[in-house]
Amino acid sequence: MAATTKKHARRIAFPYGETAAHAPVLANWLVGLRTEARALIADGLPSPRVEAWKYTNLQPLAERRFAVVGDVSPDHVRHAMAKAELGRSAHRLVFVNGRLEAAFSDLAALPKGATVRGLGDVLTADPAALAGLIGRSEAVRGHALAAYNTAFFSDGVLITLDAGIALDRPVHLVFIGAAGASPVAFHPRLIVDAGAGSQLALIESHIGEAGAYWANPVTEIAVGHDAMVRHAKLQDETMDAHHLALVDVSVGRGGRYESTVLTLGAALSRHEIVVRLEGEHAEARLDGGYLIGGKQHCDNTTRIEHLMPHGSCREVYKGVLDNESRGTFQGTIIVHKGAVKTDAHQLCRALMLSKGAEADAKPELEIYADDVKCSHGASAGALDPLQMFYLRARGLDEAAARALLVEGFIGETIEGIADEAVRGYFAARIAAWLALHAAGPA
Amino acid sequence: MLEIKNLHATVDGREILNGLDLTIGAGQVHAVMGPNGSGKSTLSYVLAGREGYQVTEGSVTFEGRDLLALKPEERARAGIFLAFQYPVEVPGVASATFLKTAVNAVRKARGEKEYDAFEFLKLAKAKREALGISEEMMKRALNVGFSGGEKKRNEVMQMMLLEPKFMVLDETDSGLDVDALRVVAAGVNAMRRADRSMLVITHYQRLLDYITPDVVHILSRGRIVRSGGPDLARELEAKGYAGVMPVAAA
Repeated sequence: MAATTKKHARRIAFPYGETAAHAPVLANWLVGLRTEARALIADGLPSPRVEAWKYTNLQPLAERRFAVVGDVSPDHVRHAMAKAELGRSAHRLVFVNGRLEAAFSDLAALPKGATVRGLGDVLTADPAALAGLIGRSEAVRGHALAAYNTAFFSDGVLITLDAGIALDRPVHLVFIGAAGASPVAFHPRLIVDAGAGSQLALIESHIGEAGAYWANPVTEIAVGHDAMVRHAKLQDETMDAHHLALVDVSVGRGGRYESTVLTLGAALSRHEIVVRLEGEHAEARLDGGYLIGGKQHCDNTTRIEHLMPHGSCREVYKGVLDNESRGTFQGTIIVHKGAVKTDAHQLCRALMLSKGAEADAKPELEIYADDVKCSHGASAGALDPLQMFYLRARGLDEAAARALLVEGFIGETIEGIADEAVRGYFAARIAAWLALHAAGPA
Repeated sequence: MLEIKNLHATVDGREILNGLDLTIGAGQVHAVMGPNGSGKSTLSYVLAGREGYQVTEGSVTFEGRDLLALKPEERARAGIFLAFQYPVEVPGVASATFLKTAVNAVRKARGEKEYDAFEFLKLAKAKREALGISEEMMKRALNVGFSGGEKKRNEVMQMMLLEPKFMVLDETDSGLDVDALRVVAAGVNAMRRADRSMLVITHYQRLLDYITPDVVHILSRGRIVRSGGPDLARELEAKGYAGVMPVAAA
């Protein structure tokens, strides 16, 4: 603890681990993981002195004291569910403050060879089903925030697809945050095991209903060879929430992982993705958009590792920043020795709607193989006055012109969502944000 | 319809318009011709209300209203339309989306019913087909990757859909081959009406072979130095700018 009070300390004291209710340990394999994680969090949270957290200061989280999660009235849940209406049928699981609410969930018949189960049930009834699927990678086990999840998770989801199974409906995970007078914390664990040639669309809606809370989800996805996982996430937490997520993905030969992350909510948020392209011709597409204002802080951190030849990745991250908000993008692409014919492209752009906003970008390419194509670009700027004038000269007022330009800027980040209804769901959230923010100062 | 009196305007502190007078009646087509740097584009931007184009003296009255007191969008809604010399590329915004937003903004301001998606598509189809604009182009980002001709045809389509009372065509012929010029000019001519006026700004006489003006003005160093009928444009073509300037202004 003494180290945490030192100036320039690499850790911020955070007593959460000492006060949080102990999570159930229901299987031998979990004992080791929980113990390892508890050792990692003993020193507290990483400070900005730790390179990976350079732009995101967790001090506000460290100052929070969390109460035990209590019950939430069904009216609150119903109210929040309005923001989770996808506009198409889906296998739906609803979590309130991290706990699965069966009454709001809807798991229609799944095809043989596919399972979608609440993790709490699996932990009690069939923990062996999780062995080897949790804490698979060093990226998760050594992660300072994921360690809190590993130490304390008690619910979440387990999705498994046998070889060749394609779900025709997406799996929609709805996470509702609804805190009372005291902050609460929850650590959902999401496990996806997509067998060879299988196909899955996974959608997450993180809906803030009330209060201050810490959502700390960790997702582990194994994409089998020639399998495809399309992952889309909406983060629309309350403005008092902290949302810190880690997604760890391995992709086998010929497999593909697609991610779209739209961030609108939370006082402080980080969405971190680690992708390992472990087989030849494995592919990843990572898109991220964020629209923030006030004093919001949004961090997107990605790390893509090319381990085998002929892999490809495309990354487009774009942010719209109003007021005194701050956005940060850290994008690492590593092309390991032997990963020849890698094709990797990364782009991050920030649109500043206010002089008080700040955007930081840290692209890092580490290339240890020959014969690869890699590129990256980063830019930040205000709205183009000539574009504004052109639109206004056609009769659009300033607010409408600004909204159209911002929508045009950020729209690219959700274009990759294949399902039209789901894309419309994301577009509607963007439009709602714009309706509130675009009318702001010139 | 439009009356410009003693207009002085500066850009970046440099005086570009220097006491310009111009009166355009309802239904008239006036051409303003002038060499590079004479103030042609500045005139068009001042009329449309672009930021950075500072009027230091004089007045512009449109249908009895002080045009210079209006914001760009208010001018557009009042019926002013500037066809840009260089239409602006707007990535991420589909042409069709932009057009529908603009048309409905203008209709709403005029107290007319806004079009729904179906009505708008039907209306736009007739206009775009007249100009040889494909449906595919309407789905593309506004002006992004459009050829010079496509951009100008797109400007004319916007003009047709917005139905302005007063049109400023800024070098609409630049970047057009003869075929494209014919299409664009036919679109413009189709809009000529007794209650609609036009200001055609051009460097060359060529455009005026297709859009016949009632009055031709020569602009030099920020003011009108000579006015005449359509013959003046032909005289200019034959003699060049130096040949048609009054001695005092040349």
